Amino acid sequence: MKETVIHLDNVWKTYKMGEFEVNALRGLNLEVKKGELLAIMGPSGSGKSTAVNMVGALDMPTRGKILLEGHDISKLSESDLAQIRGKKIGFIFQQFNLINTLTALENIALPMVFQNIVKEERLQRAKYLLEMVGLSDRMHHKPTELSGGQQQRVAIARALSNNPEVVLADEPTGNLDSKTGETVISFLQNLNRKEGKTIILVTHDANVAHHADRIEFLKDGAIVKSKKNMKGG
Amino acid sequence: MAILDFFSYSIENLRHRKLRSWLTMIGIFIGIAAVVALIGLGEGLRGAITGQFGFLGPDVLAVQASGLNFAGPPGQAVVNPLTKDLTEKIKSIPGVDIAVNRYIETGAFEFNDIQDIVFAWNVPENKERSKFEKMLNLKVSQGRLLKDGDKFKVVLGNSFTDEDRFGKPIQVGNNIIFEGKQFEVVGILEKKGSFIFDTAVIMNEDVLISEFKDDDSVNAIAIKVNDLKSIGNVKRNVEELLRKERGVKEGEEDFTVQSPESALESLDDVLFGVQLFISIIAFISLVVGGIGITNTMYTAVLERTKEIGIMKSIGARNSSIFTLFFMESGFLGFVGGLIGVAIGVALANLFAFAGRQALGSDLIKADVSLALVFGSLLFSVIVGLIAGTVPAYHASKKNPVDALRFAK
Repeated sequence: MKETVIHLDNVWKTYKMGEFEVNALRGLNLEVKKGELLAIMGPSGSGKSTAVNMVGALDMPTRGKILLEGHDISKLSESDLAQIRGKKIGFIFQQFNLINTLTALENIALPMVFQNIVKEERLQRAKYLLEMVGLSDRMHHKPTELSGGQQQRVAIARALSNNPEVVLADEPTGNLDSKTGETVISFLQNLNRKEGKTIILVTHDANVAHHADRIEFLKDGAIVKSKKNMKGG
Repeated sequence: MAILDFFSYSIENLRHRKLRSWLTMIGIFIGIAAVVALIGLGEGLRGAITGQFGFLGPDVLAVQASGLNFAGPPGQAVVNPLTKDLTEKIKSIPGVDIAVNRYIETGAFEFNDIQDIVFAWNVPENKERSKFEKMLNLKVSQGRLLKDGDKFKVVLGNSFTDEDRFGKPIQVGNNIIFEGKQFEVVGILEKKGSFIFDTAVIMNEDVLISEFKDDDSVNAIAIKVNDLKSIGNVKRNVEELLRKERGVKEGEEDFTVQSPESALESLDDVLFGVQLFISIIAFISLVVGGIGITNTMYTAVLERTKEIGIMKSIGARNSSIFTLFFMESGFLGFVGGLIGVAIGVALANLFAFAGRQALGSDLIKADVSLALVFGSLLFSVIVGLIAGTVPAYHASKKNPVDALRFAK
């Protein structure tokens, strides 16, 4: 039995909208095993993004526990959470979310800056990652000078810069055409198989989700169905 | 995040918003330029005046008759001038080392068929000579100083060696004419930087009196005290003596007994007042500049909300975000200050140059000290940092989820 990396235990998230309260998550239970490629599917408004924010230590639950490698992170300070995000989790967003004033290389090196890694080492690793995503020749280009697919590959490289335990991809193909999307997904698959990274993929696209080992279906803030993919793509 | 990383990241961000950064910095550098230029000019003026009159030590008192005193050497054209016999009486006051008659005579000077109006002053004779020379720190660059019995011999200030003044430099051994009398030049003083020495014709006291004076009046009496501690007492005793001799009551004196330093101090007070006033105005302009920085930083925080969210999601702590914006703001102040100092120095020198041209006086100089430069820079950085504190704090406290959702 593989060890559990992330465990969401009866997690509730309630937003106050004026006088109303909206429950984005209603007692969500989710376990993610080390080295797993997990897809979370669901229609819009089902709480996917909220769930991924919880898993990524970006947001704190109103109720319930989030255990990362067995430690409850739901009570940690913002500063400690930032450290956890920087070291243990790599984010990939639908909008790529690169910093436009920085070059591809600098974007990839930025998470290492926040971990106080020396410049030489940062650049060396950033170059290695750029090479891995096949963009060595775009090193000094700014995001606006890159195509969507290239930007997402830079974002993947950035997510890997601190060699995190878990990679969280929130609709990573949402802004890409299907062919480029395929390339991105196969990157993630390779990461999972060859590097043994735990990958959590949030998508509403069944074609994307079927690459995962397991699919969890989310509706109204809770898991409604689980499906194991034996072939895994 | 190392300080150097913050630094390069901040600079990159400011470069990215060039126009706004420049506009913001104008607010700072106008204030700093004004402070540097005006204080620099004031200091220059103070330095120049001190240089002209501040050659006497703190242990010296100058006695002058006051009242009417039109243009011309001090102590001339007054109603009731000082007289030689007073000097002798002052000498007997305890604590007085020497008391010397000071004669100042303006007159026509001729050399190489070129005429100019200059002034001559005296050196006392006998045992007072060496003490007086020491008091004024008189030294020659050519020839020798005067000695007893030097009739029709003069020592000249250094400016007489300027080639363009009399067609050719005056040298030791040359003959010159002062007020129709011929004198031999026996020495040239070292350059002092004060017109009192550099433009002076110096002659022995008995020569000056016998050739150019027809009464007992003296322009001033210079007193050197034995001990600096007793200068207050000596001053009071001299004043009392003069009141008695001249028959005036306390508070109605027609003379002044002043140390050159105290005279400079009152000038200093005036200059200080002017500089304080300028500083207050500049301070207000810097506060306005600081508000400009705050405004710019708030805009930057708002614009870069998503960037803040991204940075937080990839591991930036609140403190990192704070430092990033804080440094950016400090940097705006620093660069603004740097430009301000540069403009200020240039303006001070330009004004001084224009002043010299217009008035023909070397007195107007700019003196921008390192303390003023670094003080101004430090102050502008502090203004920048203070102005950036609140925006940087707001940036650091942004919720990462909301920030990421923020659309430009």
